[in-house]
Amino acid sequence: MTPLLRRLRQDLFATPADGLVTVLLLALIGAGGFAVLHWALGQAQWAVIRANSTLFAVGRYPLDQQWRLWLLTALLAAATGLSWGMLRSHPRPDRGGSLWPRNDWMAVGMVALLSLALPSLLGLALPLQLRWWAIAALLLLLRWLAGRFGPLLPAPLKRCLPLGLPLLYLLGMVLIGGGLALEPVSPSQWGGLMLTLLESSFAILLCFPLGVLLALGRRSDLPLLRWGSVVYIEFFRGAPLITLLFLGQNMLGFLLPGGVAPERVWRAAWVLTLFAAAYLAEAVRSGLAAVPRGQLEAARSLGLSTPQAFTTVVLPQALRVALPSMVGQFISLLQDTTLLSLIGLMELLGTARTVMANPAFLGRNAEVYFTLAVLFWCCCAALGLGSRALERRLNPSTLA
Amino acid sequence: MARSPSVGPSPAPGLVTPVPWWRHRRVVPWVVQGAVALTVLVVVAFLLGNLIRNLTAAGLLLTWNWLGQPAGFDISETLLPFNAELPYWRGLAAGLVNTLRVVITGLVGSTLVGTLLGMASFSGNALLRGLTRTYVEVVRNIPLLLQLVFWYFVVFLSLPNGTAALQLPGVVLAKSGLYLAGFGDGLHWIGPQLQNGVWQAPLRLSVEFGALLTGLIAYTAAFIAEVVRGGIAAVPKGQWEAASSLGLSWWQTLSKVVLPQALRVIVPGLNTQFISLAKNSSLAVAVGYTDLYSVAETTLNQTGRAVEVVLLLLGTYLALDLFISLMMNGLNRLVQIRER
Repeated sequence: MTPLLRRLRQDLFATPADGLVTVLLLALIGAGGFAVLHWALGQAQWAVIRANSTLFAVGRYPLDQQWRLWLLTALLAAATGLSWGMLRSHPRPDRGGSLWPRNDWMAVGMVALLSLALPSLLGLALPLQLRWWAIAALLLLLRWLAGRFGPLLPAPLKRCLPLGLPLLYLLGMVLIGGGLALEPVSPSQWGGLMLTLLESSFAILLCFPLGVLLALGRRSDLPLLRWGSVVYIEFFRGAPLITLLFLGQNMLGFLLPGGVAPERVWRAAWVLTLFAAAYLAEAVRSGLAAVPRGQLEAARSLGLSTPQAFTTVVLPQALRVALPSMVGQFISLLQDTTLLSLIGLMELLGTARTVMANPAFLGRNAEVYFTLAVLFWCCCAALGLGSRALERRLNPSTLA
Repeated sequence: MARSPSVGPSPAPGLVTPVPWWRHRRVVPWVVQGAVALTVLVVVAFLLGNLIRNLTAAGLLLTWNWLGQPAGFDISETLLPFNAELPYWRGLAAGLVNTLRVVITGLVGSTLVGTLLGMASFSGNALLRGLTRTYVEVVRNIPLLLQLVFWYFVVFLSLPNGTAALQLPGVVLAKSGLYLAGFGDGLHWIGPQLQNGVWQAPLRLSVEFGALLTGLIAYTAAFIAEVVRGGIAAVPKGQWEAASSLGLSWWQTLSKVVLPQALRVIVPGLNTQFISLAKNSSLAVAVGYTDLYSVAETTLNQTGRAVEVVLLLLGTYLALDLFISLMMNGLNRLVQIRER
């Protein structure tokens, strides 16, 4: 018997009962897989996705202003390629010193495949397909350039590069919403994947500092800070998100001076932020608990002030420990944005509802939900993969 | 604070800047807490002031007597009797009972399914392990709301009616509802029967309830499976080896030796999952099941009593969470290993 066969037998047919389970499961997987494939390739009518791909991507964003979103996508691709290349341009011992580790080649393949296959699968017009190819080419080109010539850049410039990311975010806001000589586009016209990503990235970025402050407050020796943080965290963790969104939509108008209540999209974004901060605080708190007390005492005895000790010694260690659970919270935040459809916003699920209400696509629920599920699954799985890669990178035992 | 630039001989006495009084270690805590208290007070006073001013202007100051007025809406599916003439508070109570109904059945169902899944991830069968892993990874990375509308619109609403309905032993799944066998008059067992093209059974559940319950169980079970897996993994490997060297089978080892020890790790994790199930049940509104949140939304639309309705909602869910936590803390004390 070859080792492979022996291994198979040990894993799948160790006892008669095991063998039976294996056969039953194989039959189940076969039947299920066949049913899904039969549906996806035979019965499903994917025209509902092809005909509405723009709606799913950006909602009812005005057609003559959509060049701004293309520009933003290109900028994001450029930033991704640049940061990816810069990260790899300093070969690290744990990666065998390679500028092009094997995973990167797989990622390049994915980008190429997606940019070639997806637009044609969606039946986009050729000029739009060409735009996606150009964007993918830009990403890969900058990845190569930054990896090749990144180390030659002067050090001060390299230190300033990360500052470009928050600037890019603000620029993205301007491009989407208008202002600075651009025609304003009202938030009620934002929608689709763009709104989902906008709401979740806004909440993720802002809940982070708030959550860290709350976690520090909850572990503080000052009773007032501690109790204030506890009340905040337990309030937001005790209520279902939908009731908080409901509160935001119906009560915020009463809590602010007449007429200044923000647009519904922003109200929802703020509720998401405040909600996520409470959960993030608990994740950070568990990280803080994992840092030995001696670290703070040692830092203080070296003459660092308490804020200095926290920002330079305690928090970096705590956040590294808390990273997996923090990313877990970000993933559930991304999923929670679907609740915005219940308060009438046109994010992905809300867009899906309007598409399915269209008489031309009546009864196409399965195709639409299946597509959304795949999309969300990919986004969440990508976040999870990114988190694991970051974890490895930050692991002190592999630091050079 | 004066920081010397390098470690060396201490500077001459006159060169040490004295610590200013406002940075004294006795003073700093008071200053910080005072500043925080002041900020919080100002914000709260600002919000409350606006609230009272706006509510007075709208003629909606906090009152509760609207709860006694006739509701004017119907609830399709209730355990408590309710109709449009009964007051609002009866409607909210019926909604709460509907919430409790789905939460309690959901807790039992997801614990059973989740525990089985968690145990299956330690099976000797690689295919079973892989399938469990895949299930957990798929379910956890898709939003619950999406799963719920999928179960409702795609699965339950496409069930056939009449003779074509899905018939399992003791259960019939049809678009008009889920029919379960049970005890009829005189305590004899009655299965679902088709009468004049309409199914009849001792127990009928709506498809809305069915979809919500299935979705909640399928979702929560994946998280509970992870909790159970973590708990079992926390039991030292020697326990498995010792039990099997005593001749216990895989099932005996797991149920008699490993699980009892894993429970003390599992129960706190279950608490979190149970509370999120209770909160997630409020997504019922997406599949048309009239739970507490859905009744509250209708009530608000009819009365305009935003503040009271939101307060009631938040208070009820908080009480529900606290109740679950209390129960689970009690259970946690029971399963802790008592050492001498």
